[in-house]
Amino acid sequence: MYINKVFLAVLLGLISVTARAGLPIQHWQSASGAQVYFVENHDLPILDVSVNFSAGSSFDTRDKAGTAAMTQGMLALGAGGLSDDRIAGKFAELGAQLGGDFDPDRAGLKLRTLSSERERSQAVGLFATVLQQPDFPAAVLEREKARTIAGLREAATQPESISAKAFSAALYGSHPYGNDEAVEPETVEKISRDDLAVFYRAHYTRHGAIVAVIGDLTRSQAEQLAEQLTAKLADGPAAAAIPPLPLPLQPVEKRIPHPAAQSHILLGYPGIKRIDPDYFPLYVGNYILGGGGFVSRLTEEVREKRGLAYSVYSYFMPMREAGPFQIGLQTKREQTGQALALVRDTLKKFVKDGPAAQELKAAKDNLTGGFALRLDSNAKVLDYLEVIGFYSLPLTWLDDYVGSVNKVTVAQIKDAFARRIKPDNMVTVVVGSDAK
Amino acid sequence: MTRKILAFLLLSLSLSAAADQHIQEFRLPNGLKVVVQEDHRSPVVVSQVWYRVGSIDEFNGTTGVAHVLEHMMFKGTKAVPAGRFSRIVAAAGGKENAFTSHDYTVYFQQLEKSRLGLAMKLEADRMENLRLTTDEFSKEIQVVMEERRWRTEDKPQAQVGEQFMAVAHQVHPYGRPVIGWMNDLEHMTAEDARAWYRTWYAPNNATLVVVGDVDPRQVFKLAQQYFGSLKAHKLPQRKPQTEPEQKGERRVAVKAQAKLPYLAMGYPAPALRSAEEWEPYALEILAGVLDGNAASRLNRDLVRRDRIAVDIGAGYDMLNRGPSMFEFDGTPSEGATVQDLELAIRGEIDNLKENGVTEDELQRVKAQVIASDVYKRDSMFYQAMQIGQLESVGLSWRLLDEYPKRLQAVTAEQVQAVARKYLDDDKLTVATLDPQPLDENAPKHKEMPHVH
Repeated sequence: MYINKVFLAVLLGLISVTARAGLPIQHWQSASGAQVYFVENHDLPILDVSVNFSAGSSFDTRDKAGTAAMTQGMLALGAGGLSDDRIAGKFAELGAQLGGDFDPDRAGLKLRTLSSERERSQAVGLFATVLQQPDFPAAVLEREKARTIAGLREAATQPESISAKAFSAALYGSHPYGNDEAVEPETVEKISRDDLAVFYRAHYTRHGAIVAVIGDLTRSQAEQLAEQLTAKLADGPAAAAIPPLPLPLQPVEKRIPHPAAQSHILLGYPGIKRIDPDYFPLYVGNYILGGGGFVSRLTEEVREKRGLAYSVYSYFMPMREAGPFQIGLQTKREQTGQALALVRDTLKKFVKDGPAAQELKAAKDNLTGGFALRLDSNAKVLDYLEVIGFYSLPLTWLDDYVGSVNKVTVAQIKDAFARRIKPDNMVTVVVGSDAK
Repeated sequence: MTRKILAFLLLSLSLSAAADQHIQEFRLPNGLKVVVQEDHRSPVVVSQVWYRVGSIDEFNGTTGVAHVLEHMMFKGTKAVPAGRFSRIVAAAGGKENAFTSHDYTVYFQQLEKSRLGLAMKLEADRMENLRLTTDEFSKEIQVVMEERRWRTEDKPQAQVGEQFMAVAHQVHPYGRPVIGWMNDLEHMTAEDARAWYRTWYAPNNATLVVVGDVDPRQVFKLAQQYFGSLKAHKLPQRKPQTEPEQKGERRVAVKAQAKLPYLAMGYPAPALRSAEEWEPYALEILAGVLDGNAASRLNRDLVRRDRIAVDIGAGYDMLNRGPSMFEFDGTPSEGATVQDLELAIRGEIDNLKENGVTEDELQRVKAQVIASDVYKRDSMFYQAMQIGQLESVGLSWRLLDEYPKRLQAVTAEQVQAVARKYLDDDKLTVATLDPQPLDENAPKHKEMPHVH
């Protein structure tokens, strides 16, 4: 059991797509229509490969929210006539590891295997089956629905998940980005085997597939691999566009009573798109405000100076359309009012005055000086290839990263925050007590 | 100057290296051990300082002090005042943090490789020169109490875990939570933290682990330069506090606001004390058969076939300074009770004792062992963790080579033998969560007033 000095939001990782200069990304379109992103690396005898699709929760309908997640979750639980036990057993025999990605925009699976011939060919063969011939067995679906519903009922009692749900509802309303937190026992109950099959055919398409590969194989092996993983997918139209997110015109505040020892506080506003002219000013600015761990303004004010919270953070989660800008913390219920006022004040001041020149220099030193750390493993490179591929970022995006960060000025940060974040119209959620 | 160079030359004679791990070790005259693993895949380095002190070394009344001191280590020295440490590392492009366990306290930085000297300079400084002020302490202890609320008080399953350990260990300090009991945190003083620092923070109680794109000779030279002048302390004698043999089942229930019940079960099991023992390896294979991969028994039988559990797990960790446990935990499906789930798990255990494991199951777990040994090389941080953990529990990084081989050598008969020997009904501890409906009006915790 470990106890870390600080709890760093997992999401921070998602916003920091960076790379060492000169990462040699090879990109091509497979005969199947899939887009392939490949980094050849023979340092270790391993292969990492993922296939992603525009098949995240934003493609659900509200009355059957949870269909997208269930589709992804069921891919490996019965395929090509093999049972879930058989599939799990075969991957285990090969020492291969199956994983996946799921968020409002995308869904997909990833495989890590040894690159030795026997292991690689068999693991990839099974991976191809899981991706392209899922059976969605009805009996397995009933079991997985019951497990999902049990998890939802449990989550409905826990302050952390209650606050996340309320925050999403307040920020996104009926926008598709609110689907993820609109999954309820009732919506899951309605999902049928046919719903999964229909969703799968519509969204797991050849032309929509993004294949990311890194590891111990040659270009021609990678070409063959991409084809093998996508050639049998259905053909279908491109994913429908996500509608833009309307901005809140007035503040929304939700207070939900809960007997927990701490109040869970979330504040937010629609944030940035993955391709967005304000990306770097907001990204660097947020490092200073609440993204930079121990050295951020929020941590300094809330934790270091006053001991009001263990974890306080802010992040932008860039997505196809505007993902959330979120500030979060937990504090003893009796000091909820004090902590909330302090966070609001810190944000307001930052948006009004922008950062000091010295703070910007410190941010750049960290973001550029630690550049090599961002890509020091195949697992990290794979994540970045996925993002570059999925959002069609320029292949030089990583090479340009240091330059893009260094170009940001105090005036740009101030201007971008002033235009994009409205401290007076924020969504606020407090689960716990509102005692002062 | 001359003396330093001489010392370095002499000590470099004692360098030793493992065949294929590219690991070398070295000890400074003041007792600091330095272990370096070369990994040239990326121009980065991870540096970790492992102190061989954790909550196992605490006493009642000041539980949690090891972890509180970990927080205070960021609160300044004469050369690096409060708040500066993290800013200096950040300005160098680094990532840093620290963690505390039952057995050790660890401080780490991840940096571009040319910045390794900076990390060592900072760590050497706070190994000897921490200025632990009452003012900084009074703020930070509040942060730690917030951490306990967040980590344990408001997490029903964490409360069960805490009670499980407390009931299973009535004598041994593993019965006390790493973060400490709330009442002890409320009464902790800056002097408690200072005493802890004076007692345990010394080069002869630490191991520096460096993994990355480095030249070991350069690393040793830097270690000599920055840590060489620190003084060794006499460390207190550590008493074993051995848990008396358990003579009968123990049970505890926790009531907390939740929807689903939860079950934790465990049996005392030996930790690895020397490389030659086979039982810990057999226990690890057993844990793999039960819960090492998606095809493992518990998931296959209790989640997929019988649908009695929503989630199920089993685990065993052979690397502990104190005693280990073989543990199970799970959440029953709706319609099933914790009693049903307990019976099902005990059914699986009886089946294991009676019929052992199949050759297929054994081979699957061993395939995972081989693959994991390759996959781990994709993470410098994880490789450093393994070295530090082995050294801190009193074993050696040299076991890294041995470890997969020893696991490969385990037989089905040995797995069955350890199941029979250690999964003993009379040594079972069971902790359950009894879910309570949410009552918004009644605060769950009545806290003592704080004096600040």
